[in-house]
Amino acid sequence: METLLEIKDLSVYYGVIQALKGISFHVNKGEVVALIGANGAGKTTTLHTLSGLIQADKGSITYKGQELTKLAGNKIVSLGMAQVPEGRRVFAQMTVLQNLKMGAYTRKDKAELEETLKTVYKRFPRLEERKNQLAGTLSGGEQQMLAMGRALMSHPEIILMDEPSMGLSPIFVNEIFSIIEDVNKDGVTVLLVEQNAKKALSIANRAYVLETGSIVKEGDAKELMNDESIKKAYLGE
Amino acid sequence: MSFLTYFINGLSLGSIYAIIALGYTMVYGIAKMLNFAHGDFIMVGCYIIFSVSRALSGNSIVAIIISIVLCTILGITTEFVAYRPLRGAASPLAVLITAIGVSYLLENIALLIFGADVKSFTSVIKWEGLTFADGQLRIQGVTIVTIVVSIVILITLQLFINKTKQGQAMLAVAEDRGAATLMGINVNKTIMLTFAIGSALAAVAGALLCSAYPSLSPYTGAMPGIKAFVAAVLGGIGSIPGAMIGGLVLGIVEILSKTYISSQLSDAIVFGILVLVLLIKPTGILGKQVQVKV
Repeated sequence: METLLEIKDLSVYYGVIQALKGISFHVNKGEVVALIGANGAGKTTTLHTLSGLIQADKGSITYKGQELTKLAGNKIVSLGMAQVPEGRRVFAQMTVLQNLKMGAYTRKDKAELEETLKTVYKRFPRLEERKNQLAGTLSGGEQQMLAMGRALMSHPEIILMDEPSMGLSPIFVNEIFSIIEDVNKDGVTVLLVEQNAKKALSIANRAYVLETGSIVKEGDAKELMNDESIKKAYLGE
Repeated sequence: MSFLTYFINGLSLGSIYAIIALGYTMVYGIAKMLNFAHGDFIMVGCYIIFSVSRALSGNSIVAIIISIVLCTILGITTEFVAYRPLRGAASPLAVLITAIGVSYLLENIALLIFGADVKSFTSVIKWEGLTFADGQLRIQGVTIVTIVVSIVILITLQLFINKTKQGQAMLAVAEDRGAATLMGINVNKTIMLTFAIGSALAAVAGALLCSAYPSLSPYTGAMPGIKAFVAAVLGGIGSIPGAMIGGLVLGIVEILSKTYISSQLSDAIVFGILVLVLLIKPTGILGKQVQVKV
């Protein structure tokens, strides 16, 4: 299997506090990989470092053979790596359509862009219904859809999702997760960060467990689901 | 008839405040900082027009263009040298204090070069203006030009922000720098562009201000700068139409209270209105209360 993204010995400090203590993991092309862990384990820090919002202090991030740690954050999306950030972070004062167009900011070809917009609308019909509405007026679940649609507008090869289920009603959570599965079936690799470990493991191929900045466990998602310590700590059984 | 004359004069002064306030509000909205040196960019622009038109024996169009170009370069340089290194500093006060420092620096450089004496500025607008109702209502050329220029600027800016990719990127950066970066937007470049536009507007405002009130000193920009800041806050800081409305309200109130109440009290009335508006609507006239869903 082709490795799309490889992280080696990645360390990140916030001042004197070490948020990531030399973690290593990889994502293969076509996979759904889950990164699970409690609050403050370093999940969001990992994704922010991958997208270049935070500088790594040590280690390497290799994406399709290219080193990312020295690259400016705004250069990364055009390489084919998009992120759906924690808390959605849609542009509340802009319309749904303007938000989606921002997602395609780095793309030049107008015709291709229209094509992508159509596929995004097809996946999220509700976004098309509300395309002229300000993003800030959408419900939480709709904003999550918009954040996902916006990331898809860049036509990514891999999509990094940070807590897509956060603050959503159970019905929306199921809907969002089935969309993630669909997106993956269409050939987009997914790196999924979740506190909802049960949901994440149910759609992932493989998973890593992050605890206070270190990876403490990794393996096949189905096996981890039956792991006694995981069950106890993360699945609430 | 005289009321109408004063009202139009107020509109004209308000338009100048509005143009300055646009620069303030854009920089605040996008770079999240108050550029207290903004008023001094106006003064620099005026001195450039003053010097160039003297050297070119009165060619004011060329002088204005050179002033706009040099002010734009000044704005970009200031941002790059003084403000950018402090982006992400622990306290937002650092960049605010630096801006005040830049303000003093510019004023004192002007003092060194041009001296403290007040120079008389030759209006860049040679047009006499229009007369209505058998000479009872006279509107000066500079008044009309100022109002028209400010309307053109407002419309152009709105089109730029709503219709171009760069403008949309500005809105995105204004709301969320991190998310904008994830979209592939270069935040530093976007902020630099904002400073360029703001400073170019300051140069335009300078040309109009000194044409309407033709005396020029190193402190020419200070008071209009503060008034424009008040206008931006009054209209709702960060909002472009807000800056326009705030500027107009301020200008009209200032001229009318100078005329009908007291010229000494006019500034007190202007600032009193600011206090009142902020008590009733803390975000300003057009300021939006952003509700972020979590």
